[in-house]
Amino acid sequence: MASNQNLIGGATGDWEIVLGLEIHAQIASNSKLFSGASTEFGAEPNSQVSLVDAAMPGMLPVINDYCVEQAVRTGLGLKAQVNTYSVFDRKNYFYPDLPQGYQISQFLQPIVGEGVIEIDLPDGSVKTIGVERLHLEQDAGKSLHDQHPSQSFVDLNRSGVALMEIVSHPDMRSAAEAQAYVKKVRAILRYLGTCDGNMEQGSLRADVNVSVRRPGDELGTRCEIKNVNSIRFIGQAIEHEARRQVDLIEDGGVVQQQTRLFDPKNGETRAMRSKEEAHDYRYFPDPDLLPLEFDQAFVDAIAKDLPELPDDKKARFIADYKLSPYDASVLVSEAENAAFFEAAAEGQDAKAVANMVIGSVFAGLNKAGLAIADSPVTPQQVGQLVGLISDDTVSNSIAKEVFEMMFDEGPDQGKDADVIVDEKGLKQVTDMGAIEAAVDEVIAANPDKVTQAQERPKMAGWFVGQVMQATGGKANPQAVNKLVLSKLGLDG
Amino acid sequence: MSKLTDLNLAQARDGLASKAFSATELTQAHIERVEASDKLNAYVLKTPEKAMDMAKASDVKFADGTAGPLEGLPIGVKDLFCTKGIRTTASSKILGEFIPPYESTVTQNLWTDGAVLLGKLNNDEFAMGSSNETSSFGPVNNPYQGANGENLVPGGSSGGSSAAVAARLGVAATATDTGGSIRQPAAFTGTVGLKPTYGRCSRWGVVAFASSLDQAGPITQTVRDAAIMLGSMASFDSRDTTSVERDVPNYEAALTGNIKGLRVGIPKEYRVDNMPSEIESLWQQGIDWLKEAGAEIVDVSLPHTKYALPAYYIIAPAEASSNLARYDGVRYGARQAGVDIDDMYSNTRAAGFGDEVKRRIMVGTYALSAGYYDAYYIKALQVRRLIADDFTQAYEKCDVLLTPTTPSAAFAVGKDVEDPLEMYLNDVFTVTANLAGLPGLSVPAGLDANGLPLGLQLVGKAFGEEELLRVGEVLETAAGFTTRPKEWWSA
Repeated sequence: MASNQNLIGGATGDWEIVLGLEIHAQIASNSKLFSGASTEFGAEPNSQVSLVDAAMPGMLPVINDYCVEQAVRTGLGLKAQVNTYSVFDRKNYFYPDLPQGYQISQFLQPIVGEGVIEIDLPDGSVKTIGVERLHLEQDAGKSLHDQHPSQSFVDLNRSGVALMEIVSHPDMRSAAEAQAYVKKVRAILRYLGTCDGNMEQGSLRADVNVSVRRPGDELGTRCEIKNVNSIRFIGQAIEHEARRQVDLIEDGGVVQQQTRLFDPKNGETRAMRSKEEAHDYRYFPDPDLLPLEFDQAFVDAIAKDLPELPDDKKARFIADYKLSPYDASVLVSEAENAAFFEAAAEGQDAKAVANMVIGSVFAGLNKAGLAIADSPVTPQQVGQLVGLISDDTVSNSIAKEVFEMMFDEGPDQGKDADVIVDEKGLKQVTDMGAIEAAVDEVIAANPDKVTQAQERPKMAGWFVGQVMQATGGKANPQAVNKLVLSKLGLDG
Repeated sequence: MSKLTDLNLAQARDGLASKAFSATELTQAHIERVEASDKLNAYVLKTPEKAMDMAKASDVKFADGTAGPLEGLPIGVKDLFCTKGIRTTASSKILGEFIPPYESTVTQNLWTDGAVLLGKLNNDEFAMGSSNETSSFGPVNNPYQGANGENLVPGGSSGGSSAAVAARLGVAATATDTGGSIRQPAAFTGTVGLKPTYGRCSRWGVVAFASSLDQAGPITQTVRDAAIMLGSMASFDSRDTTSVERDVPNYEAALTGNIKGLRVGIPKEYRVDNMPSEIESLWQQGIDWLKEAGAEIVDVSLPHTKYALPAYYIIAPAEASSNLARYDGVRYGARQAGVDIDDMYSNTRAAGFGDEVKRRIMVGTYALSAGYYDAYYIKALQVRRLIADDFTQAYEKCDVLLTPTTPSAAFAVGKDVEDPLEMYLNDVFTVTANLAGLPGLSVPAGLDANGLPLGLQLVGKAFGEEELLRVGEVLETAAGFTTRPKEWWSA
């Protein structure tokens, strides 16, 4: 069983985690799914509520065509079956932030059916996760329990906002896979422009279904962890919940089907309601809305307009730029990152550019807390810097220093790499006479080390280091290395 | 010509056009009559000041030649239609003193065409009932009384509308019909009731009972009046996606009186057990009248008719149980405090809804519940499909159908109120048109042994209102129904 590294150990043996996700993605649309009210984030409470959203008597929903288009676009991006006939159903339950007393959703006949998503795992491998369906539904409002000592307030700004619920098959086997899946779905949505993927603002959140079983057994009883709103929390929630279920079963207990909540404060999940308390949602087709029908031409027109998606871009990066699958998947995870890389790589050694983008650029941005759009170093500057390495003007390590100077100075200073190299005299020394003189000098000054090096050839590195130091790092490292070995008689 | 309140809508319209009287005179006469009608309990809210304002505005329009098709005609509006700035309750306590900040599409169409609002009319709570006895404002009394002077129901749910038109408390009234709520009250009061094709009138701003069945229409004194009213009420409305994008024809122009060669279908399944012989003979009389007018009579079969009532009483409550969930005390209407949110819901809905509404919410909730959904709701939808197919097949052999509107004349207030099933049987001839989405017209055709009005129903093809009204007018002319109730209420 050791072949499956995803198994988790228990007192009585190994367990397999089985995970399925329901991702709720808010459609990038200026108005709601069935009303013209605005969807802008952060508005005053109850300032974006139409008569329909407030479920006033006699009000009727009217489908927002743009949201339908976005759902179709997403379905195509998930390589899924788009259903030209789908039906809106009512999901009935009482809650103060649900004005109609039902949520309009799609139950039996969703707008999008089966699809697949390829996820990139940290070891560079790829796994296929099945998508069961994508359906359109309304978001609820928000109950505020912290505004008054004895009353709860309700904000209906979110009420009626369009969501796409993307339901996976239970194909994931570890927290890392679930996280990779969410990242991939988010990347696809962002590429498509159908959801901004902003988890802090609640534009993307996930319900995580967790069960455990002995490897090879039937599926165990699952618990659903509701509304987890960050990729890190998804990982924590799964780890905690799987461990809780294993401990429970090993102690002789039975997992009860439950809805649970993840508490980020203590990293634990707790029961929200059991199966017995579960709502009977009494789904039935919404009689206020006709079935949603469109023709294949509508779908084809959207398909023609699709941007290049992460998987295709990754394949192209591997083929055209000869990048490793890992580097390619890192670069395509965000459309902006990929675009930055492509701009920098123009006319340059693409692999070297990838290294600098993933290494220096991402690290610098991370440290500074900047988005790629706000990078102080432009893609063109990165490309030029890589060019200076390629033509041996600077070494890799000098290039790193130059990059940091460019990054710190920021775009206003606008100094390109060649200017900085010139100003600071960082140009690599390739004059072999000068390098040879420096090597001779170090050898002459350290006869004891020469003896040691001739006994232990690894000591040659010490001489290289001394020469590099003596030349202020500007000597070509390869040339120094070669000369040192030759002078010490170690090149034979 | 005696009084202004004796005029039907078309006569009043023509009188206004010829300046025989002004809109304010016509409205004033109706306001006075409405004021003296409290014993009928037809109006739940009178708006005399609003009416006079609107009438004055109409007179200005007559003066400057910009009068609309309904200019200056005073009407009553069923309290199911939301009226901007005017209390709208659906005759339910749960809406409290709810004042909509919006106007329903149908009433807006009427105001745009110049009509004048006399007030809001009583109805069964949320339009659930066949006698107007479930109203939180109490029952409406039929202007026609029983042989011994006992009060009779005006039918329901549009009982305020039918009573108002029969008692001349307005030249016409708006109404809604989910299972017969326009046609049955019309039959009980000697008035004309038209339920249009589903999708002909917008449902926007009409308090919903059962969304897939609800349809607005007029109750009027004559078929011509119904044609005129429908011309204004009907419209395509982008805010109601179930309304149909289709031109509104000139319905009045369709009243040619010529039905030669028209095929009238007589569905054999409408000969139900225990039907009073006078209804049976009235039906035969109707057949003869239409035959004499040149129509061809065809026997047809609607084989699934017997399943219509049970299917209706699953589908309508199922939709209602969901449609009425919004009345939760959170945002508008009446609220009863509770210790927590669930308690507040329970208290609010327990106090706010009457027994019949609660009964239907429970029936509907049950029918949609896990484990029962397939056996009840899905089965009822299948029956609905078969009923629609029945009509499609029948219309291969005929153009309209002729049936009785109701299995009895108006009954005494209180008679069936404790027996819901008996009450539901009132809808036996009318629910089929709702289930199939077809237009239905009830025309007063005669009297029973006690002198109470009886109606005959015509059911047409989808969007066949012109043909339906044409036949209706021929039937109306042949029947020559001129009876008026004794005015006991104003004494």
